[in-house]
Amino acid sequence: MSYRASFVVETITNIGGTALDVLSVIVIFQATKFVGGFTLREAILMVSLSSCAFVLADFTVGNIDRLSTYVRAGTLDAVLVRPLGAMAQLLLMDLPVRKMLRLVLAIVTLAIGLHVNHVVWTLPRALLVVGAPVFGAVFFGAIFVFSASLAFWWVDSGQIGNAFTYGGRDFTAYPVTVYGGWFRSLFAYGLGFGFVAYQPALALLGRADPLGLPAWAGFVSPLVALVAAGAAAIVWRAGIRQYRSTGS
Amino acid sequence: MNVLGARVPTISPDQPIRVATTTFGALARSGFRRYATYRQATIAGAFTNTVFGFLRCYVLLAVAAGASGGRPAGYGTEQLATFVWVGQGLLTVVALWGWTDLSDRIRSGDVVAELLRPVHPVISYLAPDLGRAGHAAVFRFIPPVVVGLIFFDLYLPQRWQTVPLFAVSVVLAVVCSFSCRFLVNATAYWLHDARGPLIFWTLGSGVLAGLYFPLRFLPDWLAVTLWVATPMPGLLQTPLDVLIERDPPALQIGLVALQAVWAAILLTGCRTVQRRAERKLVVQGG
Repeated sequence: MSYRASFVVETITNIGGTALDVLSVIVIFQATKFVGGFTLREAILMVSLSSCAFVLADFTVGNIDRLSTYVRAGTLDAVLVRPLGAMAQLLLMDLPVRKMLRLVLAIVTLAIGLHVNHVVWTLPRALLVVGAPVFGAVFFGAIFVFSASLAFWWVDSGQIGNAFTYGGRDFTAYPVTVYGGWFRSLFAYGLGFGFVAYQPALALLGRADPLGLPAWAGFVSPLVALVAAGAAAIVWRAGIRQYRSTGS
Repeated sequence: MNVLGARVPTISPDQPIRVATTTFGALARSGFRRYATYRQATIAGAFTNTVFGFLRCYVLLAVAAGASGGRPAGYGTEQLATFVWVGQGLLTVVALWGWTDLSDRIRSGDVVAELLRPVHPVISYLAPDLGRAGHAAVFRFIPPVVVGLIFFDLYLPQRWQTVPLFAVSVVLAVVCSFSCRFLVNATAYWLHDARGPLIFWTLGSGVLAGLYFPLRFLPDWLAVTLWVATPMPGLLQTPLDVLIERDPPALQIGLVALQAVWAAILLTGCRTVQRRAERKLVVQGG
């Protein structure tokens, strides 16, 4: 906290990041009333669910994407010889307090999204509105860990990870109906991004899925998140085990 | 200088132009070679650009499908698809993000080496950056555009003049982008750490350059203000608009001329900032 000006700047820009995501959606909707068959109000709900999940994941495990730097520089060795879990240490090497405000903004947007859509409250929906961001965050966290783990095998892989972390965030910010063909099948159902914001939003809105998935699809995000987390844990362990450090 | 028999090409007013161009060329080639060594990163980056190409392309096509007349802000569907895919290719050519060479060297004090060289610091960074852009134009621009061509209907220019004009526009975009990055990095002369300004830049440049959505989606007054009062549209939006022939030929040329004006202003700005910085620079260390 000794770099106060720097802290202020980073806090402002972190808020700006989330604001920009929402603003982009609003600008896109200035050109047309319906995108993929959804209105701006409904889209706001989706982008806010996606933001909440992503920001929460970024806040907790986002640091992991610096793994490739540690692998390259050999800093990871110092982490591995300590009697603590490698993952826990990497995450706590820099606790990003500045990302906190971002989370607040995402939650405010979610509240606005819920308000303008006149959601009819039931117990399952109340659980869903808390569960979707949390399990979405677990899911994004798994994607973060998964893409960072690539660095164990391929040091310069940083950008590929971005395609799924930040790309995943962008994907979930819009209704899945926007995307076409195999690309939608792969991202929404193959990788599971469709269950982060789109399906829960449909369930909250009480809308039937234009793509034909049943109503309970909005509630499977915990399952998708746990599968993803399990897969990420396996890849992480495999990566740590085969890590050979740098140098001779 | 030839007393020692050393053949050191320099850029200075009293040397022939040929020597200046040789130095510039050598520096540019070094920039090209530097990026040519990062082969894995090139592949990884091109893959990521391609994924984002799919994401943005589908979103804009959905907008076109919903807009009245199917032409949001005057763009046809093929033009929008081209806008996205060529934009993903150009993103690394103009290199909006990730350049911290100058601020890193200022913080570490290594920048003093630049001041000892017989080449102006702005030139000694500009030339390698053009070399880097040349590398990106081959290895980072082509892959996403080819993928776009395979999976989507793209717009091909109808007028032959568009192609050379696009090339000029891209070069100007690289110069503008370089100057902006130089200025952002140069804040480290005063702040010691340019992290804050760099984050601001990373955040703002994408949206203001037209990466996330075409700037013409914005209200007219805002779009025109951005174009005239800031160099930002010149970094990405202008070359793309030129390529997809959004405007009649006269306006196309006008937009590129505006880019040229901004390039001149920004380069002059870089020189001025560098001169002032040299006056106050204190390199630490024993």
